[in-house]
Amino acid sequence: MNSMTIFGLVRLVIGRDVKLAMRRRADVLTILIFFVMIVSLFPLAVGSEVDLLRKMAPGVVWVAALLSSMLSLGRMFSADYLDGTLEQMLLVPQSFSMLVLSKIAAHWLMSGVPLVLIAPILGLQFDMPVESLLVLVVALLLGTPVLSMIGAVGAALTLGLRGGGVLVSLLVLPLCIPVLIFGTSAVSAITEGTNPLPNLALLGAILLGSVVFSPWVAAQALKISME
Amino acid sequence: MAINWFKYSAPSSFYALAGKLIPWFAWPAGVLTLAGLYIGFFVAPTDAVQSEAYRIIFIHVPASILSMFIYLVMAGYAALGLIFNTRLSSMMATALAPSGALMAFISLWTGALWGKPMWGTWWVWDARLTSELILLFLYLGFISLQASIEDPRRADRAGALLAIVGSVNVPIIYFSVQWWNTLHQGATMKLTGTSMHIAMQQAMFTMFFALWMYVIAIALSRVRSIILEREKNSQWVAELKEVGQ
Repeated sequence: MNSMTIFGLVRLVIGRDVKLAMRRRADVLTILIFFVMIVSLFPLAVGSEVDLLRKMAPGVVWVAALLSSMLSLGRMFSADYLDGTLEQMLLVPQSFSMLVLSKIAAHWLMSGVPLVLIAPILGLQFDMPVESLLVLVVALLLGTPVLSMIGAVGAALTLGLRGGGVLVSLLVLPLCIPVLIFGTSAVSAITEGTNPLPNLALLGAILLGSVVFSPWVAAQALKISME
Repeated sequence: MAINWFKYSAPSSFYALAGKLIPWFAWPAGVLTLAGLYIGFFVAPTDAVQSEAYRIIFIHVPASILSMFIYLVMAGYAALGLIFNTRLSSMMATALAPSGALMAFISLWTGALWGKPMWGTWWVWDARLTSELILLFLYLGFISLQASIEDPRRADRAGALLAIVGSVNVPIIYFSVQWWNTLHQGATMKLTGTSMHIAMQQAMFTMFFALWMYVIAIALSRVRSIILEREKNSQWVAELKEVGQ
């Protein structure tokens, strides 16, 4: 293990987490089904007027993505925490923050990417035009990793606590508001005939900022939780 | 002469100091509140545009300022506690959080009461209202995280990390909310009228200092309770007069 480079470690952790997730495909599918169901509830609740739905679509998709990413946060560290793997991971000679970043990346691959892939189909149900769908996908691609990263901090802070699932939403949701705002604004910019690029650029800036800071903060939080 | 700067960072000596300090903040808080309310209700003139209903700003504005200020102070104390491992700083952060949440709540509540006669609605999704609401959520998150962790040291440090992440995020949230608002709706009503009447200013400042003194007094008395709770097994607590057998 000592001779392993940092990229070897990243590959190893991502590969392991993805393999573990693929052995329990039901978990991944549950989140996806949850996402689809939340989005489908809105037309039933507010009525099926096409104009209204088209206007609401970006917001609905984003809120559903936010909620489904909350759903999977509990699993990010808890299995490794319960069987003691996380304690061994603390001891690796390479950077623990990079290890946490790899776990976040694996979490995003398993919970964020499926949402991004299925979002255009849901958008079609809401009669969104093609350009809007394109922007929605780009915005989700930039935004969902941020949700995983902010969520990782919350998941690390609440590791092993009673009622951690509800608590993590309470901690993480307010911090995700900027992502929600810029993500929906990018899509509605298209319908209003303005340029979506500023909002996408801000999303990208938030993504870069989170890549730099959140793995380190989550690593510190994990250390506090495992003392 | 060497001064021992850290004398009062020990909970045992700060407990006594806080006990002596509380009356020095509590009395001014009471007196200033009475004075502020008197000026606000009887001296300050009726507003030309908003008539009598504007008087709620004498509570609303100080509470809003304090709600933001307390978050920064709380995050500062929490960071001190996390970095230098000083127990008392973390206890101060814990003691400040409920007051901050209270101020955010008062600010929203009085804002709604003012909004009904002025804007004709209890709530608008205006940038300021929304960011104050998010601030309240951040306080509640901090309080409930600390409440659900049994080990006080872990609670302190986890809360500190959350408070720091929150304080980094507050400007981002603030600006995102502001931009989102200006993108979608026109400017909401601003305080009309030109410069403020001098009596209105006096009332507002008096109430601001009154609430500030109140928060310090209540935070000190809360921190005394926290110290007692955490140090209940130590010798000096057992020797205190007020701790009955």
